[in-house]
Amino acid sequence: MSDNVVIVGATSGIARALADVLARRQCRLLLAGRDAQELEALAADLRVRCGINVATERFEALDFGDHPDFWQRCQKHFDGSVTGVVVCHGYLPDQAEAERDFREIERTFAINFLSAVSVLNLAAETLGARRQGFLAAISSVAGDRGRASNYVYGASKAALSAYLDGLRNRLHASGVHVLSIKPGFVDTAMTRGKLKPSRLLATPERVARDIDRALRRRQDVLYTPWFWRPIMAVIRGLPERIFKRLSL
Amino acid sequence: MAFQLETLSGWGNHPREPCLVAVAEKTSQLPQLVTDASVRDQIARGLGRAYGDSALNRSGGVIVQTRLNRFRAFNEQTGELECEAGVSLAEIIECLLPQGWFPPVTPGTRFVTVGGAIAADVHGKNHHAVGSLGTFVQWLDLLLASGEMLRCSPSEHAPLFWATVGGMGLTGIIVRACIKLARVPSAYCRVQYRRCRDLDQTLELLESTNSQYAYSVAWIDCLARGPRLGRSVLMLANNAAVDELPDRQRAAPLRLPARRVRSVPCQLPGSVLNRVSVSLFNELYYRSHGDCERLVDFDSFFYPLDSLLHWNRIYGRRGFAQYQALLPPKTSRRGMAELLGEIGEAGLGSFLAVLKSSGQATPGVLSYLYPGHTLALDLPNVGERLVKLCARLDQILLRHGGRLYLAKDSMTDRESFAAMYPRLGEFQQLKNQIDPSRRFVSSQARRLGIVEAS
Repeated sequence: MSDNVVIVGATSGIARALADVLARRQCRLLLAGRDAQELEALAADLRVRCGINVATERFEALDFGDHPDFWQRCQKHFDGSVTGVVVCHGYLPDQAEAERDFREIERTFAINFLSAVSVLNLAAETLGARRQGFLAAISSVAGDRGRASNYVYGASKAALSAYLDGLRNRLHASGVHVLSIKPGFVDTAMTRGKLKPSRLLATPERVARDIDRALRRRQDVLYTPWFWRPIMAVIRGLPERIFKRLSL
Repeated sequence: MAFQLETLSGWGNHPREPCLVAVAEKTSQLPQLVTDASVRDQIARGLGRAYGDSALNRSGGVIVQTRLNRFRAFNEQTGELECEAGVSLAEIIECLLPQGWFPPVTPGTRFVTVGGAIAADVHGKNHHAVGSLGTFVQWLDLLLASGEMLRCSPSEHAPLFWATVGGMGLTGIIVRACIKLARVPSAYCRVQYRRCRDLDQTLELLESTNSQYAYSVAWIDCLARGPRLGRSVLMLANNAAVDELPDRQRAAPLRLPARRVRSVPCQLPGSVLNRVSVSLFNELYYRSHGDCERLVDFDSFFYPLDSLLHWNRIYGRRGFAQYQALLPPKTSRRGMAELLGEIGEAGLGSFLAVLKSSGQATPGVLSYLYPGHTLALDLPNVGERLVKLCARLDQILLRHGGRLYLAKDSMTDRESFAAMYPRLGEFQQLKNQIDPSRRFVSSQARRLGIVEAS
């Protein structure tokens, strides 16, 4: 399977690992993000190591007005045949700060939810009309249930998960595959210093391999690593009466 | 901003020190990190394969570059690879061996970064023939304490280049480099195994065969004493041409055979390695290697220990020291005999002791090797006994005009070091010019007085 894939937020840890996996199976890639110099370093690396066609494109999550134009540029780059989009960018606010400062909550939702939805909407329009391809976005297990320690982040990811469920439902008939990616703890720049090393902490490479497999198998919802599926089933199943007393 | 308190150690798991660690995620963060006022000073770190405290900085900053590991360009005609310093030799081999290219020089593990390898000016089994890695570095981009980036090469800012090659990260941060890779016909070596009954025969055979073999190394039984002192198994090798391969390998001469990788799951109790177990291993190893010729793949030949991940845990929680001694040709026979005698006496030797001959030195100011012989072995950390043994070994080395390898050292003192490296003053002078406020310091540099005013 050779795809034309747009990776949005391509400098994030999981995106880097995913680009590597996709490049190894000879997908053509468009890396989109804010840091042009960094994007070019990643693109050059994939060109040299995997001998594939990689381009870069500027994407500013909070510049919603530019998104339609951004999507046009992506389309144009692949001569109108983008076959997949993976939205990888995200923002992990400091929970305590978000409780004090509403702007942190606004920012979290703008990046994690609104900007992702903005891009996915545009892509859904195109791919839906062509009745093929896939749309994927990185949500989080944190969106499965709000916890005191990070419910602002969790709420933004819950919104994204719900949106992806709806989008999947809407696009099912058109044959466009929608994948919700729900990683647990992953060792990336986003979590560095916030999570302690533990058996639950996965490498971005591991997560990327899981995403690639889920894309190839046209899975709906991916928990990665796999053990988060049963863990979250238990956490979701706890009665609120009990859950509210816990500190998880 | 990004510095987190962590306890780090080198590959020898000794010493362990609290450091403020920042993992650089983007190249553009590096200038900010080197000028970050929240840490006293800093040192770059790659995959942490230096054995001692070269990439530690007690209570200071450590900048980890392993995420800055992008290839930038590869010239298929010349073999020149341009990459970021965090690229490992393993990544280079995975990507470019299938196209017939291999690192021109490689240490005994492929889990080292290009930046670390240049900073230590590493050598390999082919030092007698081609010299150390520095010879193959076309240029490097060095981030200075001021935040300025400078391209250095043998022709551009040459003094700074040769202070950086072998300079253990003390001149700045190596951000990118261009290395000329070597063409190889296959991923195999034709290896001659020769058993040598004592030190004389080992050194003689090494000398007399040097010009015929690209790679040579001797495994040496460091616990053998008396007339068997220095008995060894010599491995002499050349790259195997495609038509020398058996049919099965000839179909894919550049593909490495799949290798089972195991891992040491946890620190073993320190008592696993003792005089009895090591002697037994050495006896078996010596007896099992008769004189013969074999075809050996690169992985097994260059990286025998890489198939056992975390092998350093064998030495237990207290860790170990690696002692690598270099002696000039005139005194190497006597010096080696004394070193081996001392180690055998102490009964602290390891199952992996390696002797090889070294060739021409690079112009690196603090580069390790010059023509002579080098002996490397692990010594378990048994506390005071190890400290005393190392001090005695240092005395032997100094008497015979030898020196230690910074990438391995964790034990020596500043007086010995100064005596071993006569160009230290030259290095310090340059250091004072380019980094007067001493932003780049490691625990090792502090211990050995490398960064002090000259």
